[in-house]
Amino acid sequence: MNKYRIHLNTRRCIGCHGCEVHCKTNKNLPPGPILCEIDHQPVVMLKGVPRTEFSFRSCYHCEDPFCVPICPTGAMIKRGDGIVYVDQEKCIGCMACAGACPWGVPQHNPETNKAVKCDYCMDRVDAGLKPACVTKCTTLALKFVIMTEV
Amino acid sequence: MKKTVFSMCGMCTVRCPIRVEVEDGEVTWIEGNPHLLKGALCAKGSAGTALLKDTERPQQPLIRVGGRGAGRWRKASWPEALDYVAEKLKTIKTEHGPESVVLSSRGGPWQGMYKTFIHAFGSPNYTNHDCTCGRNTHHASLSINGVGRKGFVYDIANSKHLVLFGRNMFASMRVAENLQIMDMLDSGGRMTYVDVRQSMTGLKASRFFQVRPGTDYALALGFINEIIKRGIYNKAFVERYVSGFGELCQFIEPYTTAWAAKECGVKEKSIIQFIDEVAEDMPKVIFHPGWNLSRYKDSFYASRALHILNVLMGNIEQKGALIIPKGAGDCGAKGIRNLDCPKPDIKRADGVGWKYKHFDKGPGLSHLFFDAMKTGEPYPVKAWIAMRHDPFTAMPDPQAQKEAYDNCDLLVAIDTHYSEFAWYADVILPESTYLERDNPICLQKGPKPRLAVRRQVVEPVFDTKAGWEIFKQLADRLDIGEHFPYTTINDLYAWQLEGTGHTIEDFAEKGFIPLTDKPVMYDPEKLDGQFKTPSGKIEIISEKLTKAGFESLKPYVSPDKPAKGQFRLVYGRSAVHTHGHTINNPLLHELMPENSLWINTKVAARMNVNEGDLVDVIASNGVTETGQAHVTDFIHPECVYTVHGFGRQVPLQTKAYHAGFSDQKLMIGLLDNWDQVGGAINLCEVFVTVRRSSRNPKRRVEL
Ligand code: SF4
Ligand code: SF4
Ligand code: SF4
Ligand code: SF4
Repeated sequence: MNKYRIHLNTRRCIGCHGCEVHCKTNKNLPPGPILCEIDHQPVVMLKGVPRTEFSFRSCYHCEDPFCVPICPTGAMIKRGDGIVYVDQEKCIGCMACAGACPWGVPQHNPETNKAVKCDYCMDRVDAGLKPACVTKCTTLALKFVIMTEV
Repeated sequence: MKKTVFSMCGMCTVRCPIRVEVEDGEVTWIEGNPHLLKGALCAKGSAGTALLKDTERPQQPLIRVGGRGAGRWRKASWPEALDYVAEKLKTIKTEHGPESVVLSSRGGPWQGMYKTFIHAFGSPNYTNHDCTCGRNTHHASLSINGVGRKGFVYDIANSKHLVLFGRNMFASMRVAENLQIMDMLDSGGRMTYVDVRQSMTGLKASRFFQVRPGTDYALALGFINEIIKRGIYNKAFVERYVSGFGELCQFIEPYTTAWAAKECGVKEKSIIQFIDEVAEDMPKVIFHPGWNLSRYKDSFYASRALHILNVLMGNIEQKGALIIPKGAGDCGAKGIRNLDCPKPDIKRADGVGWKYKHFDKGPGLSHLFFDAMKTGEPYPVKAWIAMRHDPFTAMPDPQAQKEAYDNCDLLVAIDTHYSEFAWYADVILPESTYLERDNPICLQKGPKPRLAVRRQVVEPVFDTKAGWEIFKQLADRLDIGEHFPYTTINDLYAWQLEGTGHTIEDFAEKGFIPLTDKPVMYDPEKLDGQFKTPSGKIEIISEKLTKAGFESLKPYVSPDKPAKGQFRLVYGRSAVHTHGHTINNPLLHELMPENSLWINTKVAARMNVNEGDLVDVIASNGVTETGQAHVTDFIHPECVYTVHGFGRQVPLQTKAYHAGFSDQKLMIGLLDNWDQVGGAINLCEVFVTVRRSSRNPKRRVEL
């Protein structure tokens, strides 16, 4: 079972795109790949005030990922705790994973010529920290949820 | 090797406290200081690493060799560039007197250093960017409360209702303040937002008034009228601390809610309901008096009305309302020393203090120097040193400004990036970015004052220097070095902290030194002496304004309607850029490469303009900027809106170069259209023509 989830409190989110940049700088990414995205519904008037809903999308870390079996070198790996990540050593940048993922989640890093994707910041998580986007969200609207087995 | 450095962000002038991690000389992590911001930071704050790596910024001192603005530079060493500037300054001093040199900065906590330099040089002409920002608000506060706009801080977290007139908090991005608002809303607080368009702040508001452009004052008058009529103001407070309330009651009579609703184009019922809420929530209601209210011809009076609303709430020195900021003395601590040099006893060239006696003399008004440049009256202005200030982006009509600046013999830009002014200047002295430099210690006042400092995190990537070093070395060359009593930054820190019992090492643990554990509050029943007006009261009728021949309560005059085919041009900002100076940042450019022109759906339909179409925006003198239309229901049909800072013209900034369009180039005539009472430029008093651009692709010849 997937152990982790990122939850967005849309009431607190101000659509500032901070999380996207927090993520990119943590992974030292150049312009191009964006590993999480903030989106919103079209603005409507509700009882005299404009309203919208925000959504945060990174990777679904699928229970049964499409990106893992397609990878020719075994670089796309699902960990025991559910995190799906790219082993940079093994990745050859063929981007088959991006084609297989229904949402095109894996991104091409033009600097390394390899795939890069949300890995729930596993180095940070393994060190007992929270993902970059969650830690630095401008309004503290993102939550890193750790599911406990029942 | 890994280290942690507490510092201050420098991506915008909020200067949020940050914690930075460095590994082997590389910045690997920047977060909001966990002790103050729990890690929170905005997009710009994170993009600081991209600024550091940006090669499209000045990498060493540059001396112009071609014509001004032609972009032909000679690379110079620091000694050579500083000698060059010093020699020119000496010549100008001999020929025209020291007062012919102006130094401008953006403002902020280190102004003392810049002022010291120019005063020691012998000129009274220090100025900053505030005539295009908070001057109206500042002067409005001074006229009523006797203290400037920084004379109060807002305890938003504990308030019940925050009222914002065009103050787009979630684009201006004061991270600490944004956290406070979110906490306040989470605990059931209300936020009312007034603007000509929907913004991110409006999206979070519990009440939204979309008003006709230029009618903020009317709405505020309507609020005052209803509050007084229904008697829902703090009578004890008014009686005790306020003078001129009788005059206010008389003045406000005609400005009923029905009248205000009609004038602003909002529902009267909504105003009444709002006042009901205010009655429930007071005194924990904060009427934000505005920030960048350099907008309409009556913005000064609109700000005064907002200050008056706070006064009616009796919300001064109350939890969840306006709090008088405390300094070191209030905590029984000794303050720090700051660089200082008295102002020479010479009239200012901008007229502030002698021709315009009602303005705060501190930074004067930077737009009023152009006349002196052109006419030589009261004396010639021959040199301008811009310290991180970009007059061509900040002020209207850069072309007209250039014509005035051409009368100067020396233009120097000290900046971290190529500002538009730098590109036109004679010398660029590149300052190190905030991650590469130290800044002096500053006192951050508030209910819980603290000392804070920006520390250098990494070595400068290029041949750049910190401001403290640039001014010191320039001062030494001009024989005024004794006003800068240091050689290294540690000397300066030691000098600043002398007698306080602290050393610079004390900042290492948290990045700041708290001067108190608990908030320091005055007794709200004993506020006498806090209002520094001539009478010591909160003056609804300002003695100072009356003496200067101005009204305190100005009858409302309806704003001009645009002529057919024309629109009022209003500007604002986005959460991912800081006006002009982040447009070329690779990571921020990726988020927002261009601005757009917001235009009302119905109006656009009549003009056959669809979302994404190119439109020409034409100023009164024919100057035309072209940009993409953003067609939306959420803007008043009388105006068009854009994000300020785009349309940059420095070819070396390959991402920003001609990306989007510039609002200030369309502000023709506004250099002379400024608020005679409040001092700020009326940046939204301009009308433009908009038409579908002929540049929309229809056919394309391929071969
Ligand atoms: S940083 Fe936080 S508030 Fe900003 S867009 Fe991301 S989730 Fe929303
Ligand atoms: S990359 Fe796509 S397929 Fe792979 S785990 Fe993420 S969402 Fe699923
Ligand atoms: S969890 Fe880490 S990798 Fe995934 S979106 Fe957030 S910051 Fe990026
Ligand atoms: S608001 Fe953002 S850019 Fe401005 S100081 Fe704070 S973190 Fe830096």
